Amino acid sequence: MISEDDVRYVAKLARLRIEQDEATRMTGELAKILAHIDKMSELDLAAVPPTAHVLDVVNVTREDKERPSLPREEALRNAPAVSDECFRVPRMG
Amino acid sequence: MNSDRRRAIERGTGDAPLRGLDPLRLTARDAKRLLVDGEISSAELTKVYLDQIAAVESKVRAYILHTPDNAAKYSTKVDREMQAMRGPLAGLPIAVKDNMVTEGVTTTCASKMLHNYQPVYTATAVRQVWEDHVVMLGKTNLDEFAMGSSTENSAYQVTANPWDLSTVPGGSSGGSAAAVAAGEALWALGSDTGGSIRQPAALCGIVGMKPTYGAVSRYGLIAFASSLDQIGPLTRSVYDCALLLQHLVGHDPRDATSVELPEPVALPTAERLDGLRVGVPSEYLAVGIEPGVRARFDETLARIEELGGACVEISLPHTEYALPAYYIIAPAEASANLARFDGVRYGYRCADPVDLLDLYERTRGEGFGPEVKRRIMIGTYALSAGYYDAYYGRAQKVRTLVRRDFDEAFAGVDLIASPTTPTVAFKAGSRTSDPLAMYMSDICTIPANLAGLPALSIPCGLSDGLPVGFQLIGPAFSENRLLEAAHALEGAIGFDTAPTFRGARRERDANGWRADWPAPPGPITFSPEDAQS
Repeated sequence: MISEDDVRYVAKLARLRIEQDEATRMTGELAKILAHIDKMSELDLAAVPPTAHVLDVVNVTREDKERPSLPREEALRNAPAVSDECFRVPRMG
Repeated sequence: MNSDRRRAIERGTGDAPLRGLDPLRLTARDAKRLLVDGEISSAELTKVYLDQIAAVESKVRAYILHTPDNAAKYSTKVDREMQAMRGPLAGLPIAVKDNMVTEGVTTTCASKMLHNYQPVYTATAVRQVWEDHVVMLGKTNLDEFAMGSSTENSAYQVTANPWDLSTVPGGSSGGSAAAVAAGEALWALGSDTGGSIRQPAALCGIVGMKPTYGAVSRYGLIAFASSLDQIGPLTRSVYDCALLLQHLVGHDPRDATSVELPEPVALPTAERLDGLRVGVPSEYLAVGIEPGVRARFDETLARIEELGGACVEISLPHTEYALPAYYIIAPAEASANLARFDGVRYGYRCADPVDLLDLYERTRGEGFGPEVKRRIMIGTYALSAGYYDAYYGRAQKVRTLVRRDFDEAFAGVDLIASPTTPTVAFKAGSRTSDPLAMYMSDICTIPANLAGLPALSIPCGLSDGLPVGFQLIGPAFSENRLLEAAHALEGAIGFDTAPTFRGARRERDANGWRADWPAPPGPITFSPEDAQS
């Protein structure tokens, strides 16, 4: 059963700031959803291989050749803060 | 073709011969014929939709962003350069779900996180139809990041179902479905991760198709669950669905999972279903299908037999485990895909962050809505140390069992039929406080995504005055078989696509609906010809 502490821990992993009332509400909602998901434990899956992808996935490679890329000003166009032609962020904690 | 009339169109002075042009019933097939015969210009055709938007959009609110100036300008350009631009779709207006990036046109994914995002490139599927000179009418509303089944999770607005304005249009492609149903678009593009094209198409009384996984490039589709997402058409007829699909498919080197279909998409002509074996999975009928939906479904099975097909009961024994597996796999992939929204390179950034971690956490805490946060939390939890095997590992194995069920079934039948969704359109606000009840809307559509199979929904009648969807699922790459069968069936059903616009809109209630909704981006103009160069 997921606890409110679990919810706060997972929110930290997910880099999501959640308020106290949100954590409480989410604990109830996630518990209900996970209870439904636990239905999967009825199945004996020991001998079943996993499917990560429905297509036969093959590595797609291309020639190691220089190609035109997005110009710097285009790449920076949507940035909330820019400095010296780079993305600007606050200091690390 | 009347040459005086064509000259008038090319000069932009054609007087509108809009006799009997009904946007609620006009198909792309007929619109194309009128254009090619010179009976109507693209500018006039586009104006039919702009007028309908002006008339009903305040009730429906299908669009997040209108591009009327561009639509008027570009359709006139198509008319002037008709000889050069007479591609198969030239001059036909379209609406595009706002989770496909469009260069020069704000793309929000219905999220506050991307309220100001100006894409620097265009999604391949959209670029392909732009290159065919379709006229874009605007970007349609959706559940934030395509997570939802009612379009109520949009950060901007609620879209109403044109059949009853107090009900939802379904989701997540609810804006695209409602725009087509309300005659605010000739047809539209949507995306389907667990039913997000088929379920809204069903609730809005139109045709919607999810192609085989890989058939349509996902490049430029803002990723939700990469192993499940597919772009597809929402249209007023099966023929239109095939016509649009022809221009969406194709291998794209920019999407490593995209594949070429083994045969080109054909325009359907079938009127009979002789020899077609249709399997009806008993498990799909055991999930609380509403009596009215069941009645229309059974009638449609009877029509299949009248047309020469045979319906047989089959079993897909792991159906009840598909929904739990989906609600691990999709959130797990989403939690990874949405990690990129961190306030650094684009989109929303929180005010006055004290350090980098504060920037990440508050940007994401403030920028994402409740359902997106819920799914990121489920996905992060399922992938975290100690829970991986119990959740994600198990879900991937269940996915194998769901695929095997279909493989075994398709050894004995050509197609599988089910109701698209267990109920008709539900009241706005009625499921927003119960996520699990909302997830149940997709119980019949999710298995095809897990298995990567093509599936479509066609309207098969009304229950309580609201449309009922009939779903057909085919083996991988059986698009043509699906479209032919659906076309024959559509002819026999004879559904009238014009909605009733009864009832009154319901605005947001207190259930998880924030007070600080950002204003939708206002109308802007762009030049697709620039983007196409």
